[in-house]
Amino acid sequence: MSSVLYDHPGPRARVRNSALTVVFGVALAGLFWWLYREFDNAGQWAPALWKPFLDADTWNNFILPGLWGTLSAAATGMVLALAFGIIFAVARLSERRWIGIPAGAIIEFCRAVPLLLMIFFLFYGLPFLIDGPVSAYWAVVIGLTLYNGSVLAEAFRSGIRSLPAGQSEAAYAIGLNKAQVMRHILVPQAARAMLPVIISQLVVLLKDTALGYIIAYPELIQLGVNVLSANYVNVMAAAIVIAAIYIVINSTLTGLAHWLDRRLMRTGQPSVTGKVATEPAGD
Amino acid sequence: MDVFADPDNRQLLLTGFAWILKLTGASAVISLLVGVLLAAMRVSPVPVLRWFGAGWVNVFRNTPLTLVIYFCYFGLFSTLGLDLADDLDLNTYWLGVIGLSTYTAAFVCEAIRSGINTVPTGQAEAARAIGLTFLQTLWLVVLPQAGRAVVAPLGSVLIALTKNATIVGTIGLAEAANAMKTLINNNGDEVITIFLVFAGVFVALLVPTGYLFNWLSNRLAARR
Repeated sequence: MSSVLYDHPGPRARVRNSALTVVFGVALAGLFWWLYREFDNAGQWAPALWKPFLDADTWNNFILPGLWGTLSAAATGMVLALAFGIIFAVARLSERRWIGIPAGAIIEFCRAVPLLLMIFFLFYGLPFLIDGPVSAYWAVVIGLTLYNGSVLAEAFRSGIRSLPAGQSEAAYAIGLNKAQVMRHILVPQAARAMLPVIISQLVVLLKDTALGYIIAYPELIQLGVNVLSANYVNVMAAAIVIAAIYIVINSTLTGLAHWLDRRLMRTGQPSVTGKVATEPAGD
Repeated sequence: MDVFADPDNRQLLLTGFAWILKLTGASAVISLLVGVLLAAMRVSPVPVLRWFGAGWVNVFRNTPLTLVIYFCYFGLFSTLGLDLADDLDLNTYWLGVIGLSTYTAAFVCEAIRSGINTVPTGQAEAARAIGLTFLQTLWLVVLPQAGRAVVAPLGSVLIALTKNATIVGTIGLAEAANAMKTLINNNGDEVITIFLVFAGVFVALLVPTGYLFNWLSNRLAARR
């Protein structure tokens, strides 16, 4: 409720606010001017550095293939992570302790280990164990699946647990067995209620494909920044253009999550997202 | 466990995690300060500041950290010549801290802003009614109460930050992930041990941290 923090401005507050607007506006303009000058001193506004982005070849040879690499890894990762999440959420909720406890341990382990460590293990370590190379693509996709799948499993689990007990009681009463109750009654409702959380996690997954750059997987940063700037010597320009592409894609998805959140609230879904943390933590 | 019988390898492990802790420590302090400032901007009566806060959050929340760190090294350091320390590792370290803090501040800001939303409106209304200004309302009344609700989300941000610190390895710091890579490449027969030791340290650091923050958050939770 940001608007209740200050009064509706009267004449004096309006003058003060306009004065502050001017002061901070000038300060910000100064900051941007300084940045502009720093770039200028380093010769970063030279047209030769930016011109490649008007050239179709730049897009066809570097940016679009990179975007494809990012999106294809993200898409496979999303499908696998969702499957992993549902399976492990159900497993962790299982009444059989020999299923529930190991599932919980795997989830906690995958959530606590940095994704990069996992990817390094898959890419550099696994080849020693299986006596054959592991492609960068699968190292990234499996890493993304294990990590984001575990986070999604926790989201599904809290979704399932937040459903009214009457749902499963009624389902048992009409004679469904445990698996049917899970599959037909609980998981669909939990998935719908947790949809905004799930989508924000998928944005995290898309962003995390960038880690593929570190093991030379040809994704957006590898091709669009690293290889592209090796050709045109324009690291800054390339990084800025690629960042803009990421920002457009991710804020579209985030916008979708917020829109769904509002829509679900309006249609009177049990608002689970109010009860569990929905703000992404930045991993 | 033969790998870790070699003191050189133990040293690699220790330095790796020492860098992770140093990166996390410095970035946690800086991003908390910047994040609170950004949150204050985002709820302030001055539109320019609100736009700046919103712009920061939108840019850095939607850019992969890998790219932010990459930009800090190849942009700020290589191109613009921002030299922060004579020592090569120390310079990389501070560039990493800049990247991590800029990125994490956006998440701290959003966590605090959603914390501010949990404070009942009556609190801010009462504060205004007794004549407190915006800054007084925020600093004396709203933020202290929001603090309780913010403990758990800030805990998750801290845990994410610790894990994200491994990404600074991209620009050549011998932190834990790079140390693990080196050890794996030199000791192909003990891959699983190496991974489990490195992963185990992270689990031992982060799982208790998670429980600690949950416990704190339950203890501090306000009954409403």
